[in-house]
Amino acid sequence: MEQIITLILLAVVGFAIIMYVVLDGFDLGIGILFPFANEHDRDLMMGSIIPVWDGNETWLVLGAATLYGGFPLAYSTLLPTLYLPLFLMLLALVFRGIAFEFRHYAHKSRAVWNIAFAAGSTIAAFCQGLVLGTFVQGYTDGNGIIQVSNYNPISAFSLLTGLAVVAGYALLGSTWLIRKTEGKLQEHMYQRAQYLVVIVILFSLIVTLWTPLIDPGIKAKWFSAPTLFYLIPLPIIGAIAAWTLWYSVQTKRFERAPFWLTIIIFLCSYIGFALSMWPYIIPRAVTVWQAAAPLKSQIFILVGVAIVLPVIVAYTIYSYIVFRGKVNIEHGSHY
Amino acid sequence: MDPLSILLSRIQMGFTLGMHIIFPVLNIGLALFICIMEGMWLKTKNPEYLRIAKFWTKLFAIPFGVGVVSGIVMSYELGTNFGNFTNAIGEVLGSLFVYEVLTAFFLEAGFLGIMLFGWQRVGPRMHFFATLMVMIGTFVSAFWIMSANSWMQTPSGYTLIDGKYMVNSWLQVLFNPSFLHRFTHMVLATYITASFFIAAVSSWYLLKQRHINMSRIALSFAMWMALILVPLQFMVGDAVGLIVHQYQPLKTAAIEGVWNTQKGAPLVLFAIPDSAQEKNLFAIQIPYGASLINTHQLEGELIGLKSVPPEDRPVVGATFFGFRIMVGIGVLFLASVLIGLWLRIRGKLYTTRWFLWSCVGLGPFGMIATIAGWMTAESGRQPWAVYGLMRTAAGASPVPASHVALTLSAIIIVYVAVLLSCLYYLFKFIRRGPEMTEQEREIAGAFTYMGNP
Repeated sequence: MEQIITLILLAVVGFAIIMYVVLDGFDLGIGILFPFANEHDRDLMMGSIIPVWDGNETWLVLGAATLYGGFPLAYSTLLPTLYLPLFLMLLALVFRGIAFEFRHYAHKSRAVWNIAFAAGSTIAAFCQGLVLGTFVQGYTDGNGIIQVSNYNPISAFSLLTGLAVVAGYALLGSTWLIRKTEGKLQEHMYQRAQYLVVIVILFSLIVTLWTPLIDPGIKAKWFSAPTLFYLIPLPIIGAIAAWTLWYSVQTKRFERAPFWLTIIIFLCSYIGFALSMWPYIIPRAVTVWQAAAPLKSQIFILVGVAIVLPVIVAYTIYSYIVFRGKVNIEHGSHY
Repeated sequence: MDPLSILLSRIQMGFTLGMHIIFPVLNIGLALFICIMEGMWLKTKNPEYLRIAKFWTKLFAIPFGVGVVSGIVMSYELGTNFGNFTNAIGEVLGSLFVYEVLTAFFLEAGFLGIMLFGWQRVGPRMHFFATLMVMIGTFVSAFWIMSANSWMQTPSGYTLIDGKYMVNSWLQVLFNPSFLHRFTHMVLATYITASFFIAAVSSWYLLKQRHINMSRIALSFAMWMALILVPLQFMVGDAVGLIVHQYQPLKTAAIEGVWNTQKGAPLVLFAIPDSAQEKNLFAIQIPYGASLINTHQLEGELIGLKSVPPEDRPVVGATFFGFRIMVGIGVLFLASVLIGLWLRIRGKLYTTRWFLWSCVGLGPFGMIATIAGWMTAESGRQPWAVYGLMRTAAGASPVPASHVALTLSAIIIVYVAVLLSCLYYLFKFIRRGPEMTEQEREIAGAFTYMGNP
């Protein structure tokens, strides 16, 4: 019973993180695509997310909060070890966050906020990839002791995961815009999505093949029975989704499908990643069970989650329904 | 652990918190104001209320965005820089933090989109509901954060096992001894801050003869609010002082500049506390004042700072001056609302130019008072992270000092840039003003050669 409660709490943390990745993913992706658009299209691109970005970013805080509340040891150990990439990400998020409002009020200084939005989004996405890569590599000295002062967020692997996240978010952003726009801008986004699908598939392949090389435990999971049989559907579903996505942006016949297909690719990678890490919450050092808060604390948190989270999901969906449909210039403005 | 790294982490935490607090303290009050104005419009159908609500909603968006992003930094910074602290009190702080995100942050963020951009997309009642949800969200976030902070001041409802704080009673954790007082004090601070900010903007329009009808309504409302809340705040502040003296006597000693334990301690109006010589320089004082205020007895005893070794004393200078700045501004506010009442009775509230200018000048002072008060509370809590139990230094993360130096410099540059651009766009937005009514447009049209009003 205790274990089930911890698992549910872990699922809540996981849910918060994937919600963040998908929702803020397309927000950040739009920032990454920003430099490649003209000023008119930029208004539309920003307008398509300005009513929802705030809520999207709150999932990042929920991720931190549930990780902290449910697994205080993991929160208190992981965050200092990821110090520099996390702070770079946070400051980048500050810049892109304020760019939403300030760009709207700016006239002469618009270019500044265009740069803040584009650079902030790209750096934030890249840092999230760095964090992911550093996390997977781990930072133990081999005896299970966490070495904070010697960790290095910059490695070939973490740079690769950084670029992979940037490409992935750009793909999410472009497929979101295919849904939300029409005409020329939509045409552009179909084209961008075509390149991005290929890049994302390449990155996924390299990361998927590289990860088992880093960690023998992960290798054992993926390349031996019976775990292989449970895991194998993930790459297969991912591959089918990727192919369908490529087909749908090639033919430009579907407006909604590309976005959902991209989410499926993200979900497959995410679940695959989570299962690779299992049962560790700090790779090769601390398991989920070791990091979990005392049982009554977990229950206290879960009671709140069970009551409030469904309501949050409901009004989040409502907010998306209110702002459904193709974006137009007035939509992105207060007036 | 490296003392330099700890020191830098403390400076960084203080700086980011101090910058962050400016925005929520304004937003919580503004959200209530907008909510009331929109409600008044629904009730009376007077279009001036709608104009006020729309104008202030647009203005609200500027500091709100800054508050959100600087808040996200906070949620990670606790763990990155004070990992040992977050680990030790994980059960208490972590759970409160989850509840804050669930019940407050999502509510604000989820309905903000509709509040800002939904005027054409939902009906007036639904829009009002969205504004109401944002208002409640900002209010509830103050509840949780003040509960967590008050627990650090007056911990209760826990058992200490192997250096970790295990919760016995959630009610005692949430409603710890200083919580209700400090929460009320903070909420009143936000409403007073917003009142003076609204009064400043409205007074400026009145001075410039622009948007007169809506500015009169807003100024009148803000001055009524402040007239009720400022005296109330003095009473609540007094109650907070009693609680501080009961649970954190050394904080009281630092606030009052009391070095030696004494009965009938004098109220030090001004002095420069010298920690090296352990006495006050240039003191101007009123006999028995401090004892009277903190114990409500002339001969009440106040514990002196010298009763503990120097390493156990609070940061005296910041606590002492922070308190005087806060109370000083409170006195200014009290004078302002009383003069305002007198002018209102004589029917000159909207036309007395010197008073309107003084209101413009007082605009940012609520935020300054809040920062000063927060400085008093937190510097006075030192050297403890959990009062009397866990030292701040023991809570720091083992991060290299060079890394903290790097992030601290980056944060100072970024935050100053953000604050300056926020002020720039706020002023720009206020100068441009609300959308003009038909009548005003005609008048403006007749005078286009005078330039853009």
